[in-house]
Amino acid sequence: MNGSIKNKRLRSFLSDKAAVIGATIMICFILAGLFAPLLAPMNPYDLKSVDLGNVLIQPAWMDGGSMSFPLGTDDQGRCILSTILYGLRTSMLVGFSVVAVAGTLGVILGMVGGYYGGLVDAFVMRCADTVFSFSTTLLAVLLLGVFETRGLFTVIFAICIADWVKYARTIRGSVLEIKNNPYVMAAKASGARDIRILFQHILPNALPPILVVMAVDLAVVIMLEATLSFLGVGVPLTEPSLGMMIAIGKNYIYAGMWWMILFPGSALIMLVVGINLFADWLRDELNPKLSR
Amino acid sequence: MGPRERPQFTTMASYILRRVLQGLLVLLAVSFVCFCLFRYTGDPVLMLAGKYATQEEREMVRHAYGLDQPTHIQYIKFLGGALKGEFGKSYVSQVDALDTILERFPATFELALVAILISFAVGVGMGIVVSIWPKGCVSRILMSGSLLGISIPTFLTGILLVMLCSVYLEILPAFGRGDTVQLGPWRTGLLTLDGLKHIILPALTLSSYQLAVMMRLTRAGMREVMGEEYIKTAWAKGLSPAKVILKHALRNVLIPVVTIAGLSFGELIAFSIVTETIFQWPGMGNLLLTSIFETDQPIIVTYIMLTSCIILFINILVDLLYAVLNPKIRYN
Repeated sequence: MNGSIKNKRLRSFLSDKAAVIGATIMICFILAGLFAPLLAPMNPYDLKSVDLGNVLIQPAWMDGGSMSFPLGTDDQGRCILSTILYGLRTSMLVGFSVVAVAGTLGVILGMVGGYYGGLVDAFVMRCADTVFSFSTTLLAVLLLGVFETRGLFTVIFAICIADWVKYARTIRGSVLEIKNNPYVMAAKASGARDIRILFQHILPNALPPILVVMAVDLAVVIMLEATLSFLGVGVPLTEPSLGMMIAIGKNYIYAGMWWMILFPGSALIMLVVGINLFADWLRDELNPKLSR
Repeated sequence: MGPRERPQFTTMASYILRRVLQGLLVLLAVSFVCFCLFRYTGDPVLMLAGKYATQEEREMVRHAYGLDQPTHIQYIKFLGGALKGEFGKSYVSQVDALDTILERFPATFELALVAILISFAVGVGMGIVVSIWPKGCVSRILMSGSLLGISIPTFLTGILLVMLCSVYLEILPAFGRGDTVQLGPWRTGLLTLDGLKHIILPALTLSSYQLAVMMRLTRAGMREVMGEEYIKTAWAKGLSPAKVILKHALRNVLIPVVTIAGLSFGELIAFSIVTETIFQWPGMGNLLLTSIFETDQPIIVTYIMLTSCIILFINILVDLLYAVLNPKIRYN
C-alpha cells in the first residue's frame, strides 16, 4: 500500500516537467554548495590565494579575461565563480537551518496552542499576529540592526524569531480540525498521554501542509538572507554571500562591470525559481484542493 | 437604525474596542523592547557624553539624563516621553529624533503610495486578463512571469532596473528624489517633472514584491466568482462584459485583495528600506539603515515606535473595512 503511494507520487513527479527541472536545479545547487571547496578554482576567503593584482578582471571570453577566472573577479581580486559557490553554501546553510529550527519551533507552538486552546493558545496566537503584522523581513532587519554581534548564527537566530509564525498558524489550523476526530478521542479515552497523542496521532496527519510551507519558506529565507547581506546587516564581511557580492557590484554599476552583479544575481534567481517550481508541484500533490 | 441592526452594532463596537486594546498592549510590549534596547545596548552615557569625557563628566551626564535611577522609574519616564513624542536627540546630529524622522516621512509616504497604486492597478489588471483568457498567449507569459516575480528579491529587481534604465538606456535617474516643492510642512516630489522622473524606478522596484501576489490573488478570486449564480444572472440580463466583470465580479474579488495588501503593510515598510537604500531615496528607511550603522539608538527607537503605530493602525483599519465591506463576517 505504502509502496504504491510512493510509486504514484514518483510518477506524478516525473510527469511534471517543471517540478523535475526545479528539483534538478535544487540538487545541482546543493551539490555545488556542498562541494564548493573541491569545485571552486580558488578559496576566495583565504587571504593567501587572493592577489590584489587580479582585481576587476573581466569574464574569460571577453578581452582582458583570463581562463583562471572564468567569470571574472571582483574589486578584491576574488574569483566570481568561486565566491558564488561559497556563497551558495551560506545561502543553503541559512536556508535549511532556519526552515529546520523555525519550523520545529512554530510546529510545536502551533500544535500546543491548537490542542490545548485557552490562554496558551491566545498568547501564542497574539504573539504570532504581532510578528506577522511586522512581517518577517522588517523584523529581521530591525533585530539584526540592534544585535551587537554579527555572524552567521546571529542571522539564523534573527530570521528564526521572525519566521516561526507561518508554521504555527498553518499547523494550528490543521490541529483544530484533527483533534476532534474519532481516532484522537479513542486515543484519549484509552489513556494515551498528550505528548503521544500530539506526536503520534495528530502530527503525521497535520504534516502535508507544513511540508509545503517549508518548501516555499526555503526560497523565502534564501532571498531574505541575500537581502539582509545586501543591506549590510546580514553575514559579516568575512563570510561569502550572494547578497553581499551584489552589494559590492553595485559600487561598480556605472563602470559597466556587470559581471559582478549579473552572475551572483542569476545564481540566486535560478536557485529560488528551482525551489519554487518544486514547491508548486508539492502543493498540488499534497493538497489537490489548493490547486494553483 | 432599526432594532434588528442594534446587536450587530454593539458587537462591532466591542470588536473595535478589543482590537484597539490589543493594539495598545502590543505597543506597550514594543516600547518595553525599545527601552531595553536604548538602555542596554551600547552605553548611552558614553554616547551622550562623548568618547573623551572624564569620569566626572560621565557622572554628570548619567545624573542629568536620569540614567542613575532604578530601571522601572526610567521605563516610566521613557513611556511618558514617548507619549509626548519625546525620544531624545540623535546621537549623531544632536537634533530631535522624532523631528528628524518626520522630516523624512513625506518622501517615504509618496514612494509607498505610488508603489501601492502601481502594484494594485497593474497586479489586478493582469489578474483579470489572466482569468478571462486563461489559455491565451499573454496569460501564459504573465503566469510564468509571476513565478519569476516571486523569485526575484526586491533588491535585485532594483539593481537590474538601474542597470537597464539608468546605466545602459540612460533614460531615468537612479539616485535621489530630484526637484521638490515645499507645500506647508510637506515637501513633495510629485509636482515637478524631475521629481516624477525620479520616483519611477524606486516605485517600480517597491511595487514589484506585491505585483505577482496581487495578480495571483485576483486570478484566484475571479475564477471563483465567475462561476457564481449572480454573475450568470448578470450575463443573462445582457449586460456588457465590461459591466459584468468590472462592476459585479471585481467588487467581490477586491475585498480579499485589499485585505491582504493592508495586512502585508509591514512588508511594504521593510521593502521601502531596501528600495530607499538602492536609490539613495531620502526617506525614513534610508535614515534607519544609516542610523543602524552609526548605532544612533534614539533614531532607531523612534523609527520602531513610529512604524509599529502605523502598522497597527493600518491593521485595525483593514479589519474594520473588511467587516464593513463583508456583512457575512460576524465577530464574536
